[in-house]
Amino acid sequence: MNAVLRSIWCAVAALVSLAALAGEPYPSTYRAQSSAPTLIRGATVLTGTGQRLEAADVLLVEGRVAAVGHDLTAPPGARVIDAQGRWVTPGLIDIHSHVGVAPTPGVEGNDDGNEMTNPATPNVWIEHSIWPQDPAFETALEGGVTTLQILPGSANLIGGRSVVLKNVPAITYQAMKFPGAPYGLKMACGENPKRNYGEQHQSPATRMGSLAGFRQAFIEAQDYRRQLDKAAKDPKSGPVKRDLKLETLAGVLKGDIRVHVHCYRADDMATMLDLADEFGFHIAAFHHGVEAYKIADQLGAKGVCAALWADWWGFKMEAFDGIQENLAFVDHARNGCAIVHSDSAQGIQRLNQEAAKAMARGVSMGFAIPPERAIRWLTSNPARALGLGDRIGSLEVGKMADAVIWSRDPFSVYALADQVFIDGVLLFDRQHPAAQPRSDFKVGQGTP
Amino acid sequence: MTRLPGWMLLSILAAAGSSADAQQVLIRDAKVYTESAQGTLEHADVLVRDGKIAAVGKGLSPPAEGSVIEGNNRPLTPGLFGGISALGLGEVVAESSTWDAQLNLDAAGGPKWRPDFDVTLAFNPRSVLVPVTRIEGVTWAVLSPFSKNSMVSGQGAAVTLDGRFDAAMEGSRSLFISLGGDSKSRTGGSRAAQYMLLQQAFHEVRAPRSPNEGALLNAEGREALAPYVAGGRIVFEVERASDIHQLLLFVRRHDLNAVISGGSEAWLVADELARARIPVILNPLDNLPDSFDSLGARLDNAVLLHRAGVRVAFSAGDDYNARNIRQLAGNAVAHGLPWEVALAAITTVPADIFGVGAQHGRIETGQVADLVLWIGDPLEITTQAEQVWIAGRPLSMRSRQTELRDRYLQRATLQQ
Repeated sequence: MNAVLRSIWCAVAALVSLAALAGEPYPSTYRAQSSAPTLIRGATVLTGTGQRLEAADVLLVEGRVAAVGHDLTAPPGARVIDAQGRWVTPGLIDIHSHVGVAPTPGVEGNDDGNEMTNPATPNVWIEHSIWPQDPAFETALEGGVTTLQILPGSANLIGGRSVVLKNVPAITYQAMKFPGAPYGLKMACGENPKRNYGEQHQSPATRMGSLAGFRQAFIEAQDYRRQLDKAAKDPKSGPVKRDLKLETLAGVLKGDIRVHVHCYRADDMATMLDLADEFGFHIAAFHHGVEAYKIADQLGAKGVCAALWADWWGFKMEAFDGIQENLAFVDHARNGCAIVHSDSAQGIQRLNQEAAKAMARGVSMGFAIPPERAIRWLTSNPARALGLGDRIGSLEVGKMADAVIWSRDPFSVYALADQVFIDGVLLFDRQHPAAQPRSDFKVGQGTP
Repeated sequence: MTRLPGWMLLSILAAAGSSADAQQVLIRDAKVYTESAQGTLEHADVLVRDGKIAAVGKGLSPPAEGSVIEGNNRPLTPGLFGGISALGLGEVVAESSTWDAQLNLDAAGGPKWRPDFDVTLAFNPRSVLVPVTRIEGVTWAVLSPFSKNSMVSGQGAAVTLDGRFDAAMEGSRSLFISLGGDSKSRTGGSRAAQYMLLQQAFHEVRAPRSPNEGALLNAEGREALAPYVAGGRIVFEVERASDIHQLLLFVRRHDLNAVISGGSEAWLVADELARARIPVILNPLDNLPDSFDSLGARLDNAVLLHRAGVRVAFSAGDDYNARNIRQLAGNAVAHGLPWEVALAAITTVPADIFGVGAQHGRIETGQVADLVLWIGDPLEITTQAEQVWIAGRPLSMRSRQTELRDRYLQRATLQQ
């Protein structure tokens, strides 16, 4: 498909998804600012599709990637950036973040990430907890993160809906909400829910209790979905009584809401795959998956991504078998989909370094993981797991113009993001501190 | 004398295990970061004898008995410091039955202030965390205690990670005291009370009180605290600039030997710290206002302190990933700290701070041979340690994690 057709197609797709949004509650109010065309020249470009181009140019026009190649011509009025010796990647995506909901400073008044009152709370939407002034948004941007999924915590079996944000400075979360991004559902297996509720002498107190809880919830969702289907076919039957919990779970069964499961142990993940088969839904990604390396082939075969840390391990029993080659094993498996996630306001600032560590471990094990492959763990793979693979995650013509110019190879500890673009807008520029986003919280504190 | 390629020799030594320690080793043609007056030596040799460094220089003669390692001018550094943590004080922190770093006297009678709580007695060199950490080039670390009931956490010390039971390093014993917002719940709700209570405890060392006079300390506690009142090393965990300032006044009044740990706002009082010659052990990645004590946290804290003349060491306080200490140093360089200063912050400076600098932290004749040969720039995250020696002994470069890796690598290979 040529560039023009492609961008027309994208524009149509965008209109369609906006139209689909009409009438949805809590709609996104995000609109990209207009921006001058930008030509980034002479960089080492990791496209996010597995390609590496040397001394290449990237052209961003009207919020889209307009061209990637050699000897591109700057359109009139374009900002031209000499990136010789520097590297360009797609904007990074953190698929697992609690920025804004378990924010800094860690004070009770802003602690809104875990509705620990019932093991199944699919009725809660994490977006209603987001504090857009969390300074960790801007430090993540400084680390090249342009898109992030905010998830509820893992205290509950079913924690609630996630939301995908554009990492733009804003006063409301609606102004950050990624237009047309599918919702996610956060679920958690293993130790956290059973510890949390078991200590209160409630179910789940065990892993078997957890599974009973999941199954009961989805049995009710199946019944609710049948009622909805019946009402749709027979207008005379009257509307089905709304139920916030079951609306979300029915959305999962219909495939509209993507499932993200916090799960560490290989056997726990296998049980969750069976749960998904029992009720006919697909798991988009396991998160944390410290033992994903033990079932890497099974995850690949099922088309399930694994969002992982480079080296976190040991702090609880289900993390005891962590190894530094986890990401490399998942990546190596047939159809493997490895993702580096942070789950941390610190880690999100250095996703590139976390990937670098995991890449180096894979290489020393004998796996071929060049930078152009490893960058997928931070870009196209999380985009795929979020259901946004057609819009972000790679520098392909027509994709959203989310890009990072790195001072050098981003898989070096010494690399810094020099410039970060979201939808073509230069939102972070290391050379111009005064123009960098700064949360209201940081204002007037007598510190930089 | 045998002469073998480095990799072959290393595997032989690893197999030989502890019987190799009587041998002499010549590490030849390495880029030696001596961290001493000799600076960095290209294509230099290091001779190890009886666990100590016997010579550093160019063109050293191979030992009559022993082995030679070819460095190919790869970097050789002193063994790294793993920061201040509970490394080896437990296995799984969420399983309290396996964890010994924290004292909880809620249910116990008597005074809750126990400076005689010495957490090093719980150190288990056979913890799975120890090999996981040391094969990444970390040869020593400082163990710190925690008390649920008192701002005086107890005593800790530096330990060597070569697996010996008596691992505490001589001269490194320290008292740990927690100040500021983190400790308010243990001091009646106000940080102002922290100086009041410390003043009382110090006074009790000289003038004991009875329990019904509200004594903070019993006889054992007074005995343990006395050497610290008299100038023993006290590590104060503190973040906020105003707290650091108050601490410096307290330290001067009592003529204490203080080290600051945390110090996310230390840059705001850098000159005061420099004048008082008090070093700061910090995490150079701390740049978020995690609490109202650290509103001023910033990535170049270490740079500003260094420029003001404050000695800086690094710690993330991490047990499981103490091995990531190099990543802290590398990031500090990315944000403006000179490379050599960053390496010193994870070698010589912490060794000097904890009183072991005459034996550890440098590649210098007479020092204990704690050495790491790296495949590349030691501060770069994609670099790994090729071989680690502690007290002259080559360590097996295996851990529970490498065993698990190889078990599943074999399965993955068989399936394909």
